[in-house]
Amino acid sequence: MIGRITLRRPPISPAWVVLGALIFLALVVAMIRYASGLGTISNLNDNYGWGLWISFDLLCGVALASGAFITASIVYLFGGEQYRPLLRPAILTGFLGYLMVILALLVDLGRPERIWFLLIFWNHHSVMFEVGWCVMLYTFVLALEFSPLVFERFGLEAPRRLIHALIIPLAIAGATLSTLHQSSLGSLYVILPDQLHKIWYTPLLPLMFWLTAVAVGPAMVILESTISSRVFRRGLELDLLGGLARVIPFILAAYIAVKIGDLAGSGELGLLTEWDLESGLFWLEMIGFVALPMVLFSLPAVRQSSAWLMFSAFLVVSEVILSRFAVGLIAIGRPEFAASYVPHPLEFAVTIGIVSAGVAAFGLVARYLPLFTEQVAGSAAE
Amino acid sequence: MAKAILFDAFRCTGCRGCQVACKQWNDLPAEDTHNTGSYQNPPRVSAETWLVMQFREVENGDGVTWAFGRHACMHCLHPACVSACPVGALYKTDDGPVLYHDDRCIGCRYCMLACPFEIPTFQWDQGLFEGPEIKKCTFCIDRLSAGMEPACVHTCPSGALMYGERDELIAVAEGRIREHPERYLDHVYGKDEAGGTSVLYISPVPFEELGLPELGSAPIQENTEDIMTKATPAVLVGMLIGLGGIYWVVKRRQEMMGKNGGSGRQGDREASS
Repeated sequence: MIGRITLRRPPISPAWVVLGALIFLALVVAMIRYASGLGTISNLNDNYGWGLWISFDLLCGVALASGAFITASIVYLFGGEQYRPLLRPAILTGFLGYLMVILALLVDLGRPERIWFLLIFWNHHSVMFEVGWCVMLYTFVLALEFSPLVFERFGLEAPRRLIHALIIPLAIAGATLSTLHQSSLGSLYVILPDQLHKIWYTPLLPLMFWLTAVAVGPAMVILESTISSRVFRRGLELDLLGGLARVIPFILAAYIAVKIGDLAGSGELGLLTEWDLESGLFWLEMIGFVALPMVLFSLPAVRQSSAWLMFSAFLVVSEVILSRFAVGLIAIGRPEFAASYVPHPLEFAVTIGIVSAGVAAFGLVARYLPLFTEQVAGSAAE
Repeated sequence: MAKAILFDAFRCTGCRGCQVACKQWNDLPAEDTHNTGSYQNPPRVSAETWLVMQFREVENGDGVTWAFGRHACMHCLHPACVSACPVGALYKTDDGPVLYHDDRCIGCRYCMLACPFEIPTFQWDQGLFEGPEIKKCTFCIDRLSAGMEPACVHTCPSGALMYGERDELIAVAEGRIREHPERYLDHVYGKDEAGGTSVLYISPVPFEELGLPELGSAPIQENTEDIMTKATPAVLVGMLIGLGGIYWVVKRRQEMMGKNGGSGRQGDREASS
């Protein structure tokens, strides 16, 4: 009720001031970068051409945005009509996630003003070509899937019906494009047969990236729902989240099976008992962030508790972050003359500013657009 | 025919004339350097230094000997950087050189990751208005097209560098190994490594002492190109048909069951399998 009274006034609370300051700081850093080069604000160098932004903002960002295509597939394609209340926030989280990825790329790319060159100069042998195209197209799909919120808010009935008529092809396109680029983010690193540590290097990297992205999709929906139910003081669809949580152990089990099977197949299981940084990361991932959430999500008691759901989902998110940093940064061998790389504080400032922008945008949409309510006409129709 | 460079580490005296000639011919500015405890300076190639001589001390049984390694673009026959570039800014010419269209590059730096020799470098100090570029050895394409040999080869005083047809240089290298088996390891690095390179090495010390990675004979991008040309189209078609099929089956079943929510659970299981 309080939210309704302040509806027309820009809300100024400490949270908004902090978010605004973080966004502003990132903007200033970006301006410095555009004026005098990436070297001024980052510790990226010729040995570490890709750093924090690619590992976190791109690799983790895209994976953590997978809740949108998972939920859309469940609701529209797999007959999970009862999950519809989770759909709009999931689509929004995914849409904002991809916009954040693009923002980060506009800082990270050497020539951001040429990002559209991907459209006109084609090298279809390049994994980056596929990543670029799929991310562009899928962001467009997400924009369309999100657009009914805007149309409803402003009473635009005709375009809303058009999107509604197209929603099944959109869901199929979204799931296909997501599968392609979630996996091809892994394929990017298949070009490092000699540099990537053998625990991670496998031609199956695309499958690994896809499986973990599918596992973290429901986990992100659980996190986003539980957090937003607390922030916006609204009810929580605990039974629905519990239902989503049931699928996670199956996907994680498939991931473990593929991972161990692949290492066994290439005769590299011995690397796991060398007790160095790489094997340590492997065991942390497998025990702490895969096996543990597998067990937790299998327990009915966990699925009926919002706090336990949140904690278990957080473990799966950690799994994605750890595995993306391992492949994208830590486990890549560098030459002996390489300078080391620790992200510059201003690199963190950019990442934090972009995440703040995403959080702020979610808050604004939640306030001003019908995010948690759907028109009855929309859900009643086939 | 494809041109190549042969580097003979036995003949190299470590004078770094090649490194200086490269800078001079290509008009590259001096670099701010500091002492890293080695003659090797700067420590690696950069946007302003396209050829660096690497200096290592190697034990050879009764003492220590220098190993001089030439670090510059290998102009691979199957370049990973060219395969990796999403916009085709890097390309391989029939004559050998791997070259760069600066007006296509978007600055994604995937080439830097893909190169097993750590060669492409980026202009980290260039802002939006200068337009940063990827920099690396051009094989002195401007000299080659005027019928001259690369500046590094031209300047080498001890005959450690040789320019010519790739086949002929392989024959020369193998001839030297045959003639002086006591001087050289019995291997021409670059003949087969990563599918073959246009810079060939023969050496008295193991090639990793010259800073060269141990590579197989398959092109670096073999697996990624398989993924792009075979797996990706298959996944694309498979997903479209599979998802369309699942939608159709689920919808039919719901219609037959009189449209109750009971089939939702079923759908979830399909999603996970």
